[in-house]
Amino acid sequence: MDLFSAQLISKQYANHKALDKVSIGVPEASIFGLLGPNGAGKTTLIRIINQIIAPDEGELIYNGRKLQPNDISSIGYLPEERGLYKKMTVGEQAMYLAQLKGLSKQEAHKRLRFWFEKYEINTWWNRKVEELSKGMQQKVQFLVTIIHDPKLLIFDEPFSGFDPINANMLKEEILGLKDKGVTIIFSTHNMGSVEELCDDIALIDRSKVILNGAMRQIKKTYKTNTFEISFNSWEGPLQGILPETFQIFDESRDADHRHAHVKLPADATPNDLIRSLLPSVMIYSINELIPSMNDIFIEAVTQKNQQTVIPN
Amino acid sequence: MRKIFLIIQREYLTRVRKRSFIVMTILGPLLMASTIVIPIYLATRSNETKKVAVLDETGIFYEKFKDSDEIKFHYLTSDIGSAKSNFTKSGDHALLYIPKTEVTLPVNAIIYSDKSVSVNITSYIKNVMGKQIEELKLQARLRELQTDKKEPVSVDDLLRSIKTSVDINTLKIGEDGSESKSYTELNMVLGMFAGILIYFFIFMFGSQVMRGVIEEKTSRIVEVIISSVKPFQLMMGKIIGVGLVGLTQFLLWVVLTFAIVTAVTATMTSGEIKKTATEQMMIQKQGITPGNSQDAPSTNESSNPMGGVMEAINSVNFPVMIGAFLFFFLVGYLMYAALFAAIGGAVDSEADTQQFMLPITIPLILSIVMAQFIIRDPDGPVSFWFSIFPLTSPVVMMIRIPFGVPYMEIILSMVLLLLGFLGTTWLAGKIYHTGILMYGKKVSYRELWKWIRYK
Repeated sequence: MDLFSAQLISKQYANHKALDKVSIGVPEASIFGLLGPNGAGKTTLIRIINQIIAPDEGELIYNGRKLQPNDISSIGYLPEERGLYKKMTVGEQAMYLAQLKGLSKQEAHKRLRFWFEKYEINTWWNRKVEELSKGMQQKVQFLVTIIHDPKLLIFDEPFSGFDPINANMLKEEILGLKDKGVTIIFSTHNMGSVEELCDDIALIDRSKVILNGAMRQIKKTYKTNTFEISFNSWEGPLQGILPETFQIFDESRDADHRHAHVKLPADATPNDLIRSLLPSVMIYSINELIPSMNDIFIEAVTQKNQQTVIPN
Repeated sequence: MRKIFLIIQREYLTRVRKRSFIVMTILGPLLMASTIVIPIYLATRSNETKKVAVLDETGIFYEKFKDSDEIKFHYLTSDIGSAKSNFTKSGDHALLYIPKTEVTLPVNAIIYSDKSVSVNITSYIKNVMGKQIEELKLQARLRELQTDKKEPVSVDDLLRSIKTSVDINTLKIGEDGSESKSYTELNMVLGMFAGILIYFFIFMFGSQVMRGVIEEKTSRIVEVIISSVKPFQLMMGKIIGVGLVGLTQFLLWVVLTFAIVTAVTATMTSGEIKKTATEQMMIQKQGITPGNSQDAPSTNESSNPMGGVMEAINSVNFPVMIGAFLFFFLVGYLMYAALFAAIGGAVDSEADTQQFMLPITIPLILSIVMAQFIIRDPDGPVSFWFSIFPLTSPVVMMIRIPFGVPYMEIILSMVLLLLGFLGTTWLAGKIYHTGILMYGKKVSYRELWKWIRYK
């Protein structure tokens, strides 16, 4: 069941349409990747979900009913443009932000002490934020985002500003939250992390959703039946031993092996490929080439652009 | 409500605990107290008495002005032209000129001086002249009553019929005998003081609001916060919080200044000041007991000029003055603070604020510049319109009120200011809302107009 869904959301700025009938559905206890090039409208959509701005049209459904103003107390948001009051102490600041999310003073204090203990950052409590390193600040920032036990977490470019070690820790933390049943929407350009984390994605380009669904499914549809083979004991042209309908490209060789990519026609299987190769060559490896999210992203965006160009 | 309270609390506490706030709170009263205490100190120390020449063409006031430690009066018989041209050579502090009147009793006088004449002196002269004229009127009335043998008139009616207010113009006399007007009347001082106070308060704390908004924007915390509260709540919380800081500082200044002045004057002066104080109290007491007031003029004549100040102070309608001050002070601040917040929201750094500050500072500065003109003609059309227009009314109306403004005008001005406050806050809220989410964008007026039109 979807914990959250947006239906036909549109948002118009003076002479620029930021979102055009955007619909997404975010299943409960999963990680949802919101992808798209710069200026596609991701941040606008995220701000609409956080009720920072109101959509011109469309509906937001949360927990099976319309999203309401006080739902923000069960939503956690880590914006792309984030920071803390530099002159305030870490403890005071965390208390302030936790209470703004609706926690009582005692409860906020209890939970913060717990988390500070867990991260072993108790000594930071009375230090001013400006005395902390960027990475330490990010840690505090993350902590106050999840302090009120939100059911829905929204991260906008969460990995920017983190070093690899902290980024990894954050990744673990996000996966841990998902296991606890938290639903996570996260927006990023970093396709590597999408690949690692996301269950579902929506790709937004030029204010429209151009790709939407479970990542596994999307990858399947973008597969081109292409295989990478490594072989040797054959010096002649590869095309000579393969059927004409098989396309060969990206041929290369190193000290031990020759390599090539072979695109099979839709009705052929890898078995057909192996069958043709077996009599002549020594096969070392054969792998299906599964498109990376990066490739899918680029292909979807450029294809869309071409399509939009044609009618003109 | 709890959230806006949290915001107010944070804004208030972080500012009140700042070192600059504590330093300002201590330095301010020291500075203000010294401006009050030092002249008093010098006045009590210096043996110099000020000589005032009196040229009384009516002859009514001959020998009526009593010498004190501070002022010595001497009487001239020459004509005004030669008195003025001789003035600089004479070494007199001031020249009091009471022109001849044909039928009525004289109620106008002119004080010429090359320096500014202290309120003490003008008030004393005003006081003595007033009492003298009232006494003359009283005698005339009593004679009338005796000859007519009519029904006895009540004391109140009698007092009302003789009530006189004396008008004194203070003119500055140059080396060459030329004149220019200068103003030392208490109500001018009071009005200017209140106006300037509001002006400073709006500027100081309005720009603090603006800096606070810019700080939130540059530290990038604003989006974190507005995912928990409405941007408008954040803006209002900040405005109210900073306003409370201002009020706290203001009250601390008043209390501390008062404490320092009392403490210092108490230890510094001998019985002299105390005597004056008790005399003042006596006068005031007599002033409010109608039965005694027939003797009042004679008692007052022997009084120290300080009594005049007290009377001048009593002539101002203080409940209206204080009530209006608080209103214009607070609502004026709220209105301007919203505009300052909008500017803070629209820009990326303090350096970019200049172009937007202009339309806000112009009405404020204009009202201070116009102050000179307004105290000269407090009931004129210019004064009226400036004291009605919301952006200038907080300062200008406060300058006008000590001179006496009809209640209708004050109420009209207040209503318009309230409407102005609501209007600017609504406008500012729109600009603020869009502005705080924009980073790294050079904003123009055209852009702001677009933001205002967003839903």
